[in-house]
Amino acid sequence: MDTIFALTSARGRAGVAVVRISGPDAWNAGTILAGSLARPRQTALRRLTAPDGTVLDEALVLCFQAGHSFTGEDVVELHLHGSIATVKAVLRTLGDLPGLRLAEPGEFTRRALENECLDLAQVEGLADLIEAETESQRRQALRVLSGALGAAAAGWRADLIRAAALLEATIDFVDEDIPVDVTPEVTELIDRVSASLRREAKGASAAERIRDGFEVAIVGPPNVGKSTLLNALAGRDAAITSDIAGTTRDVIEVRMDLRGLPVTILDTAGLRATDDRIETLGVERAIQRARAADLRVILLESQEDQPLMAPLGDDILAVGKADLLATQAFAISGLTGAGLDRLIDMIVARLETRAAGVATATRERHRLAILSALGSLGSAREEVTCGCVRSEVAAEELRSAIRSLDSLVGRVDVEHILDEIFASFCLGK
Amino acid sequence: MKHRDHDVIVIGGGHAGAEAAHAAARMGVRVALVTLKRDGIGVMSCNPAIGGLGKGHLVREIDALDGLMGRTADEAGIQFRLLNRRKGPAVQGPRAQADRKLYRRAVQRHLSQAPGIEVIEGEAVDFLMENNAVRGILLADGTPISSGAVVLTTGTFLRGVIHIGDERRAGGRMGDAPALRLAERIDGFGLPLGRLKTGTPPRLDGRTIDWARLEMQPGDDEPVMFSFLSKAPTARQVSCGITHTNERTHDIIRENLGRSAMYGGHIEGVGPRYCPSIEDKVVRFADKLSHQIFLEPEGIDDPTVYPNGISTSLPAEVQADYVRSIAGLEGAAILQPGYAIEYDYVDPRALRRTLELREVPGLYLAGQINGTTGYEEAAAQGMVAGLNASLNILSRDPLIFQRSESYIGVMVDDLVTRGVTEPYRMFTSRAEFRLSLRADNADQRLTPVGAAIGCVCAERQSAFEAKMERLDAARRRLEATMWTPREIAATGVSISADGARRSAFDLLSFPNVEFDTLLVLDPTLGDIDEETRGQTSRDALYAKYLERQSKDVEAMQRDEGEAIPDDFDFEELSGLSGELKQKLLRIRPATLAQAGRVEGMTPAALTLILAKLRQARRKSA
Repeated sequence: MDTIFALTSARGRAGVAVVRISGPDAWNAGTILAGSLARPRQTALRRLTAPDGTVLDEALVLCFQAGHSFTGEDVVELHLHGSIATVKAVLRTLGDLPGLRLAEPGEFTRRALENECLDLAQVEGLADLIEAETESQRRQALRVLSGALGAAAAGWRADLIRAAALLEATIDFVDEDIPVDVTPEVTELIDRVSASLRREAKGASAAERIRDGFEVAIVGPPNVGKSTLLNALAGRDAAITSDIAGTTRDVIEVRMDLRGLPVTILDTAGLRATDDRIETLGVERAIQRARAADLRVILLESQEDQPLMAPLGDDILAVGKADLLATQAFAISGLTGAGLDRLIDMIVARLETRAAGVATATRERHRLAILSALGSLGSAREEVTCGCVRSEVAAEELRSAIRSLDSLVGRVDVEHILDEIFASFCLGK
Repeated sequence: MKHRDHDVIVIGGGHAGAEAAHAAARMGVRVALVTLKRDGIGVMSCNPAIGGLGKGHLVREIDALDGLMGRTADEAGIQFRLLNRRKGPAVQGPRAQADRKLYRRAVQRHLSQAPGIEVIEGEAVDFLMENNAVRGILLADGTPISSGAVVLTTGTFLRGVIHIGDERRAGGRMGDAPALRLAERIDGFGLPLGRLKTGTPPRLDGRTIDWARLEMQPGDDEPVMFSFLSKAPTARQVSCGITHTNERTHDIIRENLGRSAMYGGHIEGVGPRYCPSIEDKVVRFADKLSHQIFLEPEGIDDPTVYPNGISTSLPAEVQADYVRSIAGLEGAAILQPGYAIEYDYVDPRALRRTLELREVPGLYLAGQINGTTGYEEAAAQGMVAGLNASLNILSRDPLIFQRSESYIGVMVDDLVTRGVTEPYRMFTSRAEFRLSLRADNADQRLTPVGAAIGCVCAERQSAFEAKMERLDAARRRLEATMWTPREIAATGVSISADGARRSAFDLLSFPNVEFDTLLVLDPTLGDIDEETRGQTSRDALYAKYLERQSKDVEAMQRDEGEAIPDDFDFEELSGLSGELKQKLLRIRPATLAQAGRVEGMTPAALTLILAKLRQARRKSA
């Protein structure tokens, strides 16, 4: 059984971040970081240090014995200061310890269930939490991938599928008209992906705009008061506002502090059907971007207005430009400030129930995925070029590289590889 | 117990049907094999070859469970080739050209020798029902035959339609009537049906082929047999010819495309991408100036030649034209034109992993009716259905094949979990544990399973046990024999001088180490026999990777162990998306592992299912 770790849902506003480690090596890992552990279920204040001597944090450390923990396994909990840098450094240190890996969403709960350590009455509530965790990871991944990393990841996917298809074709269709020696192309593809992965691992796209905190998108038809609302929330003229519909073609982001929560407000292009090609692109991008946000404030022209983008989860619907309308519905106006306090209350209430620190965890997950993939690609390359024709072993290494990159390139199924084979080669006797 | 005429009725005598009947007989139940023509049992309708990549693996697995296909292919084999001989054992697949007549006769002989199989000539047109369960069949002449279970193997006969150009006629195979009344009966079950297509090339008269002009491909010098019990081929061995299409061939095909049933819009069924018609090849790969054709003899004393690579649904006269444009075939006579055939299949997601229909107890489906293609795929399913129908009648636990244990398990799981979008064919790339599911160790994986349920004869069992004793003894010796890096380096093997001693078995996993290298270090190992040396080397080769995969295997097996009962209420799971719920309701996964493979499954949903399972278990405890 692997030992797993993760940042366990610290609430939005909390100043403490809890990292849980569970599995046979948990105590060992805890001891490496903390020097020593207190007796089970007793709190100890410890200075956490990475194996290379770097001091990570002063933290409260707790350990639980198998059979007396949340998961039923040996568990260590690190209660860290809630800073992003600290969490990141701790996750990274744990990920570099042999035998430890980041937990998948819901994996702690899963183990607890398997070890009969869970009151089954709670499970449905926990399932909601897992769903939220999965969803926020998915959204975070979407955010990361909508940037430069996304373009790179799409390239890796295509190259890896191609390389796997070439190797698999020489294996499964040996009797057919396929290139005899695929080594040069496979090597080239592996080298290209590896080089790009190495650049990524070094943080080449550190400028990538991913950050911890929450994203709230303001969406709605043109001229419904989205930009004015953003300005009112931010207290300064961040977005261009005018009376001409369709001014905000791109997505404007303003980072702010809402009652102590780090929030980025996204002002998106007005949603409407249009013939203007550039505006259409803007609208598409707006919807895509808004979906990736944690929460959407959907502004309507009137109570009867049907939103162009369907609300997801607990999205907030409100009528914009309250200053111009007399309505019974929840209405806000960036201009007069009407309804603004209530809106902030609603946003904060919703975000406070969500996990923070997901971006850091996602980045860490990606980094580990990339490192593991690089290892497998290295072995695959060795097998391809050593001349010992063990293409099945090379293919195995390639598969494991692709599996490692799941979270970045999306799941690759045997059908994707077969699609590529049948599209490239004329097969079939 | 109520009287019944037979325990299991098998409808159809193709590869699925023959294997199903034989498997049931091995389980000791009374079997009726119902077929249109007694002499049609074991007919190879398509190409005269068995095995290949993935397919050869399936044949070995069938053989490991004492099935028919390996033995009959060995008896009928007229050219044996081990594909991927130069690659590693995990991807080597045995293949053989078979003499169609010898093959058919071998199948018929084995069936007649098996105790308890009665062959009944007739057309099954209806089922006898008892409380929604199938308990027998009705023949076209009105005769009812009662049974405990029925295995249905319709092949391409279910509403089969044959296309040659714009000509279309009802038929299950050239010269045979389709099954129409049975198709109507099956409609009554309300099963999800679909339509698939496959094709054949024109059959040529080998006496009119100019063989002297053609490249010939002989079999391997050291033939590798299918069956673990066979030693050497018994039939005379022959070569296949190789020729190619050319630009003139392609011109003729292009000019007549509109007359092809495929391109003329007469066919709605989906064909397999890995077995395209020559029309498809010419259209989809227009820049390819030539396509390879294998000229496969259909038998030693049969002049018919199967030109593998030019299946078609063009009109007969166009077929003659393009065939004669090909080198060596200028004077070739066509004995039977090629044709495309469309037929009904049942969405296999309606099946349990035993291949019994979830909604129609007692009715098992195997072969092309489940959306697969290929003799080997059909035979493997026939065996799964035959064994499980028998186990059911004997009130014993079903035999479920796991993905981590066999290609058969991979295929059944793919079918029942994912369904098909084109005729399903086995490839080694479908098996995630390919390095451990090898053709060479099929007996190690499955013969003990077969012995445990009682479908393996005494002869095979004792041969297997003797082999395992030799293997285990050799492995123990090799694991106990240790050398230092310096000793190993002295033989010329490159090894890091880390001081760690390595066993002879470890050494065998090095890519460039042969068993002979071990003999240099310890000549006494020379008393291990050749076969054992080979098998031990193959078992050692991937040891490092198998070790690495063992966690994945373990995780999968743990989840396979979480059975989801038939009456599990997926509707009741709150918090699942409507779409996922619909998928779960249609597929009805039988284990948590299978549920995890359903497209769109989330960790939260899986946890919910697991929680409900635990809840139910606690309540009943």
